[in-house]
Amino acid sequence: MSQGGTAPPGLANAGPREVSMTIPVAPEMEIVATAQAAALGEYIAMSRDKIDEVKLALVEACINAFEHADCRDEQLHLTFRLGREKGREWLEVEVLDKGKGFNHTAVEEPSLEKAFVSHRKRGWGLQIIKSLMDEVDITSGEWGTRILMRKYK
Amino acid sequence: MSETCKVSSERRGDVAILWTDGYINNQGGEEIAREAYAHLDQGVRALVLNLEKTRIVNSIGISILIEVLEKVMDRKGALAFCGLTPTIDKTFRIMGLAQYAEIFPTQEEALRSVSKPQTA
Repeated sequence: MSQGGTAPPGLANAGPREVSMTIPVAPEMEIVATAQAAALGEYIAMSRDKIDEVKLALVEACINAFEHADCRDEQLHLTFRLGREKGREWLEVEVLDKGKGFNHTAVEEPSLEKAFVSHRKRGWGLQIIKSLMDEVDITSGEWGTRILMRKYK
Repeated sequence: MSETCKVSSERRGDVAILWTDGYINNQGGEEIAREAYAHLDQGVRALVLNLEKTRIVNSIGISILIEVLEKVMDRKGALAFCGLTPTIDKTFRIMGLAQYAEIFPTQEEALRSVSKPQTA
Protein backbone atom coordinates (compact mmCIF):
# COMPACT_ATOMS: atom_id res chain seq x y z
CA MET A 1 0.00 0.00 0.00
CA SER A 2 1.36 3.41 -0.95
CA GLN A 3 1.96 5.87 1.87
CA GLY A 4 3.18 8.88 -0.09
CA GLY A 5 2.68 12.52 0.99
CA THR A 6 2.61 14.18 4.36
CA ALA A 7 -0.95 15.49 4.46
CA PRO A 8 -3.46 13.33 6.28
CA PRO A 9 -6.27 11.92 4.21
CA GLY A 10 -9.10 14.40 4.14
CA LEU A 11 -10.88 16.95 2.05
CA ALA A 12 -7.95 19.33 1.61
CA ASN A 13 -7.49 18.51 -2.07
CA ALA A 14 -10.97 17.33 -2.79
CA GLY A 15 -13.54 19.18 -4.87
CA PRO A 16 -16.54 20.91 -3.35
CA ARG A 17 -16.74 20.23 0.36
CA GLU A 18 -20.31 19.14 0.45
CA VAL A 19 -22.47 16.20 1.39
CA SER A 20 -25.96 15.60 0.07
CA MET A 21 -28.71 13.44 1.43
CA THR A 22 -32.40 12.92 0.94
CA ILE A 23 -34.75 12.14 3.79
CA PRO A 24 -38.34 10.97 3.54
CA VAL A 25 -41.14 13.06 4.96
CA ALA A 26 -41.62 10.91 8.05
CA PRO A 27 -41.58 11.36 11.83
CA GLU A 28 -38.15 11.84 13.41
CA MET A 29 -36.30 11.82 10.06
CA GLU A 30 -35.10 15.30 11.03
CA ILE A 31 -32.94 13.61 13.66
CA VAL A 32 -31.21 11.57 10.95
CA ALA A 33 -30.33 14.85 9.26
CA THR A 34 -28.93 16.38 12.46
CA ALA A 35 -26.41 13.54 12.75
CA GLN A 36 -24.90 14.65 9.43
CA ALA A 37 -24.77 18.29 10.53
CA ALA A 38 -23.06 17.26 13.76
CA ALA A 39 -20.48 15.15 11.92
CA LEU A 40 -19.52 18.04 9.62
CA GLY A 41 -19.49 20.54 12.47
CA GLU A 42 -17.13 18.27 14.38
CA TYR A 43 -14.97 17.94 11.26
CA ILE A 44 -14.22 21.68 11.34
CA ALA A 45 -13.97 21.64 15.15
CA MET A 46 -17.05 23.80 15.62
CA SER A 47 -18.03 24.11 19.29
CA ARG A 48 -20.67 21.75 20.62
CA ASP A 49 -22.99 24.66 21.44
CA LYS A 50 -22.82 26.00 17.89
CA ILE A 51 -23.39 22.52 16.49
CA ASP A 52 -26.48 22.26 18.71
CA GLU A 53 -27.73 25.55 17.27
CA VAL A 54 -27.27 24.26 13.71
CA LYS A 55 -29.04 21.02 14.68
CA LEU A 56 -32.05 22.83 16.14
CA ALA A 57 -32.31 25.20 13.15
CA LEU A 58 -32.15 22.18 10.84
CA VAL A 59 -34.84 20.38 12.86
CA GLU A 60 -37.08 23.44 12.53
CA ALA A 61 -36.50 23.73 8.77
CA CYS A 62 -37.31 20.02 8.33
CA ILE A 63 -40.46 19.94 10.45
CA ASN A 64 -41.66 23.14 8.80
CA ALA A 65 -41.43 21.40 5.44
CA PHE A 66 -42.90 18.14 6.80
CA GLU A 67 -45.95 19.99 8.11
CA HIS A 68 -46.61 22.70 5.57
CA ALA A 69 -44.83 22.10 2.27
CA ASP A 70 -46.99 19.29 0.86
CA CYS A 71 -43.93 17.86 -0.91
CA ARG A 72 -44.72 16.31 -4.30
CA ASP A 73 -41.96 13.71 -3.96
CA GLU A 74 -42.49 13.14 -0.21
CA GLN A 75 -38.82 13.94 0.35
CA LEU A 76 -36.53 16.67 1.57
CA HIS A 77 -33.26 17.27 -0.25
CA LEU A 78 -30.47 18.35 2.06
CA THR A 79 -27.03 19.64 1.21
CA PHE A 80 -24.36 20.33 3.82
CA ARG A 81 -21.42 22.50 2.76
CA LEU A 82 -18.20 23.50 4.43
CA GLY A 83 -16.38 26.65 3.42
CA ARG A 84 -14.18 29.49 4.52
CA GLU A 85 -14.66 33.24 4.10
CA LYS A 86 -12.22 35.91 5.26
CA GLY A 87 -10.44 33.31 7.36
CA ARG A 88 -13.60 32.07 9.07
CA GLU A 89 -14.81 28.55 8.48
CA TRP A 90 -18.51 27.92 8.13
CA LEU A 91 -21.05 25.14 7.91
CA GLU A 92 -23.97 25.72 5.59
CA VAL A 93 -27.14 23.66 5.36
CA GLU A 94 -29.57 23.80 2.47
CA VAL A 95 -33.05 22.36 2.94
CA LEU A 96 -34.93 22.04 -0.33
CA ASP A 97 -38.48 20.81 -0.73
CA LYS A 98 -40.55 20.38 -3.86
CA GLY A 99 -43.71 21.55 -2.20
CA LYS A 100 -46.24 24.29 -2.76
CA GLY A 101 -44.03 27.14 -1.52
CA PHE A 102 -44.99 29.95 0.84
CA ASN A 103 -44.57 33.67 1.28
CA HIS A 104 -42.16 33.84 4.20
CA THR A 105 -42.41 37.62 4.39
CA ALA A 106 -46.11 37.28 5.22
CA VAL A 107 -45.52 34.95 8.15
CA GLU A 108 -46.70 36.70 11.30
CA GLU A 109 -44.08 37.21 14.01
CA PRO A 110 -45.00 35.00 16.95
CA SER A 111 -45.03 36.08 20.57
CA LEU A 112 -45.79 34.39 23.84
CA GLU A 113 -48.44 36.99 24.64
CA LYS A 114 -50.29 36.10 21.42
CA ALA A 115 -49.85 32.40 22.17
CA PHE A 116 -51.41 32.78 25.63
CA VAL A 117 -54.62 34.28 24.27
CA SER A 118 -54.90 31.95 21.31
CA HIS A 119 -55.39 28.23 20.79
CA ARG A 120 -52.50 28.39 18.37
CA LYS A 121 -49.19 28.09 20.19
CA ARG A 122 -47.18 27.28 17.07
CA GLY A 123 -45.37 29.26 14.40
CA TRP A 124 -41.96 29.69 16.04
CA GLY A 125 -39.89 27.77 13.48
CA LEU A 126 -38.67 30.63 11.29
CA GLN A 127 -37.92 32.87 14.25
CA ILE A 128 -35.86 30.13 15.88
CA ILE A 129 -33.95 29.47 12.64
CA LYS A 130 -33.16 33.18 12.14
CA SER A 131 -32.09 33.61 15.76
CA LEU A 132 -29.80 30.60 15.91
CA MET A 133 -28.04 30.86 12.52
CA ASP A 134 -25.68 33.62 11.36
CA GLU A 135 -27.13 33.92 7.86
CA VAL A 136 -30.46 32.69 6.53
CA ASP A 137 -31.80 32.96 3.01
CA ILE A 138 -35.27 31.73 2.08
CA THR A 139 -36.51 31.45 -1.48
CA SER A 140 -39.85 30.00 -2.37
CA GLY A 141 -42.13 29.59 -5.33
CA GLU A 142 -44.35 27.10 -7.10
CA TRP A 143 -41.29 24.86 -7.46
CA GLY A 144 -40.94 24.57 -3.69
CA THR A 145 -38.88 26.19 -0.97
CA ARG A 146 -35.18 26.47 -0.29
CA ILE A 147 -33.84 27.47 3.10
CA LEU A 148 -30.13 28.19 3.15
CA MET A 149 -28.60 28.58 6.60
CA ARG A 150 -25.01 29.35 7.50
CA LYS A 151 -23.18 29.17 10.80
CA TYR A 152 -19.64 30.44 11.26
CA LYS A 153 -17.26 28.43 13.42
CA MET B 1 -33.57 4.83 15.57
CA SER B 2 -35.66 6.19 18.37
CA GLU B 3 -35.12 9.46 20.13
CA THR B 4 -38.33 9.18 22.11
CA CYS B 5 -38.24 11.29 25.23
CA LYS B 6 -38.59 9.53 28.56
CA VAL B 7 -40.14 11.48 31.41
CA SER B 8 -39.93 10.65 35.09
CA SER B 9 -41.14 12.63 38.07
CA GLU B 10 -41.19 12.89 41.82
CA ARG B 11 -43.35 14.90 44.19
CA ARG B 12 -41.71 16.84 47.02
CA GLY B 13 -44.36 18.56 49.10
CA ASP B 14 -46.37 20.78 46.79
CA VAL B 15 -43.66 20.76 44.12
CA ALA B 16 -43.15 18.13 41.41
CA ILE B 17 -39.83 17.65 39.66
CA LEU B 18 -39.98 16.28 36.12
CA TRP B 19 -36.87 14.88 34.46
CA THR B 20 -36.70 14.47 30.68
CA ASP B 21 -34.34 12.25 28.77
CA GLY B 22 -34.18 12.66 24.98
CA TYR B 23 -35.64 14.69 22.14
CA ILE B 24 -38.65 16.80 23.08
CA ASN B 25 -40.90 16.81 20.01
CA ASN B 26 -44.69 16.42 19.96
CA GLN B 27 -44.61 13.00 21.65
CA GLY B 28 -42.05 14.15 24.21
CA GLY B 29 -44.03 17.32 24.89
CA GLU B 30 -47.25 15.37 25.33
CA GLU B 31 -45.53 12.98 27.71
CA ILE B 32 -44.34 15.94 29.81
CA ALA B 33 -47.82 17.49 29.74
CA ARG B 34 -49.45 14.21 30.82
CA GLU B 35 -47.09 13.89 33.76
CA ALA B 36 -47.38 17.58 34.70
CA TYR B 37 -51.21 17.62 34.55
CA ALA B 38 -51.39 14.49 36.69
CA HIS B 39 -49.37 16.24 39.38
CA LEU B 40 -51.36 19.48 39.11
CA ASP B 41 -54.62 17.53 39.41
CA GLN B 42 -53.27 15.99 42.61
CA GLY B 43 -52.67 19.39 44.18
CA VAL B 44 -49.12 20.18 43.15
CA ARG B 45 -48.59 23.97 43.04
CA ALA B 46 -45.23 24.25 41.31
CA LEU B 47 -43.28 22.33 38.70
CA VAL B 48 -39.54 22.08 38.11
CA LEU B 49 -38.59 20.78 34.67
CA ASN B 50 -35.08 19.39 34.66
CA LEU B 51 -33.94 19.09 31.03
CA GLU B 52 -30.31 18.12 31.66
CA LYS B 53 -30.65 14.95 29.58
CA THR B 54 -32.30 16.71 26.63
CA ARG B 55 -30.26 18.36 23.89
CA ILE B 56 -33.03 19.29 21.44
CA VAL B 57 -36.49 20.74 22.04
CA ASN B 58 -38.28 21.48 18.78
CA SER B 59 -40.91 24.20 18.37
CA ILE B 60 -43.77 21.69 18.61
CA GLY B 61 -42.41 20.49 21.95
CA ILE B 62 -42.01 24.10 23.08
CA SER B 63 -45.61 24.89 22.14
CA ILE B 64 -46.75 22.08 24.44
CA LEU B 65 -44.51 23.44 27.22
CA ILE B 66 -46.26 26.80 26.73
CA GLU B 67 -49.60 25.05 27.31
CA VAL B 68 -48.25 23.53 30.53
CA LEU B 69 -46.98 26.96 31.61
CA GLU B 70 -50.37 28.48 30.84
CA LYS B 71 -52.12 25.88 32.99
CA VAL B 72 -49.70 26.46 35.88
CA MET B 73 -50.21 30.24 35.63
CA ASP B 74 -54.01 29.78 35.57
CA ARG B 75 -53.67 28.00 38.92
CA LYS B 76 -51.41 30.74 40.30
CA GLY B 77 -48.58 28.24 40.50
CA ALA B 78 -44.97 28.42 39.36
CA LEU B 79 -42.85 26.69 36.74
CA ALA B 80 -39.07 26.67 36.63
CA PHE B 81 -36.60 25.11 34.20
CA CYS B 82 -33.13 23.85 35.00
CA GLY B 83 -30.31 21.94 33.35
CA LEU B 84 -30.80 23.63 29.97
CA THR B 85 -28.13 23.43 27.30
CA PRO B 86 -26.99 26.87 26.11
CA THR B 87 -28.98 26.37 22.90
CA ILE B 88 -32.23 25.49 24.68
CA ASP B 89 -31.64 28.34 27.15
CA LYS B 90 -31.13 30.75 24.24
CA THR B 91 -34.24 29.46 22.44
CA PHE B 92 -36.44 29.83 25.54
CA ARG B 93 -35.18 33.39 26.03
CA ILE B 94 -35.72 34.27 22.35
CA MET B 95 -39.33 33.18 22.75
CA GLY B 96 -39.81 35.16 25.94
CA LEU B 97 -40.44 32.06 28.06
CA ALA B 98 -38.00 33.37 30.67
CA GLN B 99 -40.43 36.20 31.46
CA TYR B 100 -42.98 33.70 32.74
CA ALA B 101 -40.91 30.75 33.90
CA GLU B 102 -37.60 31.17 35.68
CA ILE B 103 -34.52 29.41 34.36
CA PHE B 104 -31.84 28.12 36.73
CA PRO B 105 -28.56 26.32 36.18
CA THR B 106 -29.26 23.70 38.85
CA GLN B 107 -32.21 21.76 40.18
CA GLU B 108 -31.47 22.89 43.73
CA GLU B 109 -31.74 26.57 42.76
CA ALA B 110 -34.96 25.94 40.84
CA LEU B 111 -36.46 24.02 43.77
CA ARG B 112 -35.44 26.71 46.23
CA SER B 113 -37.10 29.39 44.10
CA VAL B 114 -40.46 27.67 43.52
CA SER B 115 -40.62 26.47 47.14
CA LYS B 116 -40.61 30.04 48.47
CA PRO B 117 -43.86 30.96 50.21
CA GLN B 118 -46.21 32.77 47.82
CA THR B 119 -46.64 36.41 48.82
CA ALA B 120 -49.52 37.26 46.48
